[in-house]
Amino acid sequence: MKHLLSSHDLSVEEILGILDVADHMAEINSRSLPKVPALRGKTIASVFFEDSTRTRLSFETAAKRLSADVMTFMASSSSLNKGESLRDTIETLSAMGVDAMVIRHKSSGVPLTMTKWTHAAIINAGDGWHQHPTQGLLDAYTVTREFGTKDSLSSRTIAIVGDIKHSRVARSNIDIFRRLGAHVVVVAPPALLPHNIESWGVEVRNTIDEVVGEVDALYMLRMQLERMDSAIVPKLAEYCALYSLTPERAARMGNGAILMHPGPINRGVELIVDPADVPGSRILQQVTNGVNVRMAVLFTLLGSGATTVLQQGGES
Amino acid sequence: MSQSIVIRGATVVNPDAIAVADVLIIDGVIAGVGGSLQADIELDGTGCYLSSGFVDLHTHLREPGKEEAETIESGSRAAALGGYTAVVAMPNTDPAQDNVETVRFVREQGIVAGLCEVVPSGCITIGRLGKQLVPYARLVEEGVTLFTDDGTGVQDAQLMQRALMLGKQLGITMAQHCEVASLTTGAVMHDGECCSSMGVPGWPSIAEEQMVRRDIGLVRATGAKMHFLHLSTAGSVDLVRAAKAEGLPITAEVTPHHLALQDELLRGFDPVFKVNPPLRTAADIEALKSGIADGTIDAVATDHAPHAGHTKEQPLDAAPPGMLGLETALGVLNTAVSVSPQQIASLMSWAPARIAEVSQRHGRPIAVGEPANIAVWDTSTVWTVSRDHLSSKSRNTPFHGMDLRGRVRHTIFNGELVVRDGKALK
Repeated sequence: MKHLLSSHDLSVEEILGILDVADHMAEINSRSLPKVPALRGKTIASVFFEDSTRTRLSFETAAKRLSADVMTFMASSSSLNKGESLRDTIETLSAMGVDAMVIRHKSSGVPLTMTKWTHAAIINAGDGWHQHPTQGLLDAYTVTREFGTKDSLSSRTIAIVGDIKHSRVARSNIDIFRRLGAHVVVVAPPALLPHNIESWGVEVRNTIDEVVGEVDALYMLRMQLERMDSAIVPKLAEYCALYSLTPERAARMGNGAILMHPGPINRGVELIVDPADVPGSRILQQVTNGVNVRMAVLFTLLGSGATTVLQQGGES
Repeated sequence: MSQSIVIRGATVVNPDAIAVADVLIIDGVIAGVGGSLQADIELDGTGCYLSSGFVDLHTHLREPGKEEAETIESGSRAAALGGYTAVVAMPNTDPAQDNVETVRFVREQGIVAGLCEVVPSGCITIGRLGKQLVPYARLVEEGVTLFTDDGTGVQDAQLMQRALMLGKQLGITMAQHCEVASLTTGAVMHDGECCSSMGVPGWPSIAEEQMVRRDIGLVRATGAKMHFLHLSTAGSVDLVRAAKAEGLPITAEVTPHHLALQDELLRGFDPVFKVNPPLRTAADIEALKSGIADGTIDAVATDHAPHAGHTKEQPLDAAPPGMLGLETALGVLNTAVSVSPQQIASLMSWAPARIAEVSQRHGRPIAVGEPANIAVWDTSTVWTVSRDHLSSKSRNTPFHGMDLRGRVRHTIFNGELVVRDGKALK
């Protein structure tokens, strides 16, 4: 595996392999000195053309805990503002000698296109509405570890609620959850379901009330407020009536069912309940797992392959 | 007095007959069709068909305004290499072809290049902005017969109706780019399964079909002539078939790429496959082919749309739509669709010459006394397209690396040999 561009690039064996490595990383992260020399001498650039706090910090933390050198590229302060093309930007960064680039871009397909312009490994940290494969992996890690079934999600039902059409998280997660055997249900306003949703192998339900008591995991997507303006959803109140998680609905979640959200949360929109008041909330656990899984991805792509290095202590 | 030319051994393609004959050209006119003819220049036509030169209803020459992508000269050369003796220059130049000066400039640059006839089209609305009609009569005096806002459809139904009323009065043809803009905001590719999994905004078939449907109604109401540009969906073919059965004065074209390429090609996010209207599905391709077979589709037109390299090296959603077409049109049509030599001549020469109203000079029979605008081509040579060996200034061909069957060997424009053995002579 040279790059991580899309969940579809990964076989089930590769997905499970990364999640197993993430267990090692979780152990490292539990140490008093959470650092190993696994990627010493490697340079990883985080190249974010679109704003992101948690994903960028998560990747940079993961890289540093593996002792890689980290270079941060911020589009807002870059030569892109002077008219430099995407290709020139990537070729320039590449010429500085980076082993991997972690890319976030507002346009679908950009990480794939970049592989033509650099020899560095490309890791997709979210491209347009297309893919966010490390989110899919960390969510699969969260669910499998929650239910104690490391290799499978069969007999589990996961509902994803919200703007499916414009969600890269939905595309990665539905693919990974399904291939691990889960039954995936989507709940969204009709205009926020993608064309040909039936070909995705998911069940479509109309309201959150239909699913909230039945599922093992309730995955709430961020609802972007600008969608309301473009008449995709008539009114915020109507969206909330059909799709938001209220305290009443949260109380109807099944015993042992968990609540997930990729962040950042739009409080008062998709979550009207305070997640701190939902016993099954794993929203912060997802963030913690994100570092474990991104360490596993970086190690899988850039490491020597031998896991013995993960047993060693890091430099302080 | 120019040198006389004889083409030997080609199969001459006429609407009523197809037979091997030598063709002699003297002073820009066909001077003999038969045997034992002598001339200054001898051309081998063995294994080839000889027809009237091709006429492209849909060429973006980019000059004035985007000379880094194409010029009238480089585009004319690409056209000649593709067997074209006339091309209709689309009006989305900068400035747009909505005024006498620009139209004259385009025509004259074509004459200077001297490789084919460059026939300027005019805009339907000022600046192609869809707000205000162009004063057509002044442009008609300049010889413009085809008007279009290509690149965008005329959204306002009342404005379009008034354009057609004037069109009817002046005897000109309105050519529509069928796209309801409110249904294609930000659209990148066909709104199907592929688009859905790739996570890009879709261009649904209905956005084309709704404008075809509206305009058929407007033609019925006004009696004006209308030409539909680059139809791409099965539904559009059905609508046009029914409109023609009704006897409405409607014509339609398809592009070679819509006959040969599917939306699946965009899976790699390569902007070279981005075009407007977008590549569609296998079912649409089959419907376009059936439209060719039963005559619903009159013409094959390239929508040749050069783009400078750096503009296509962008994310798929930011890159401009469009692909090269002039030099590959014959090969793509012949490879993708089962067509006879007479169908090829009809789709690429006779019908488009009538639609563009250049049939005094182009798309005419191969007979003594006719103007010598001629293409000599075969349907058997297999060649591999290379973007590095095309004469366009741009390289955005979607056919790079593909094998095509059928190639243009010689092109004669106004009695002058401009392409010989697949090489441009100027």
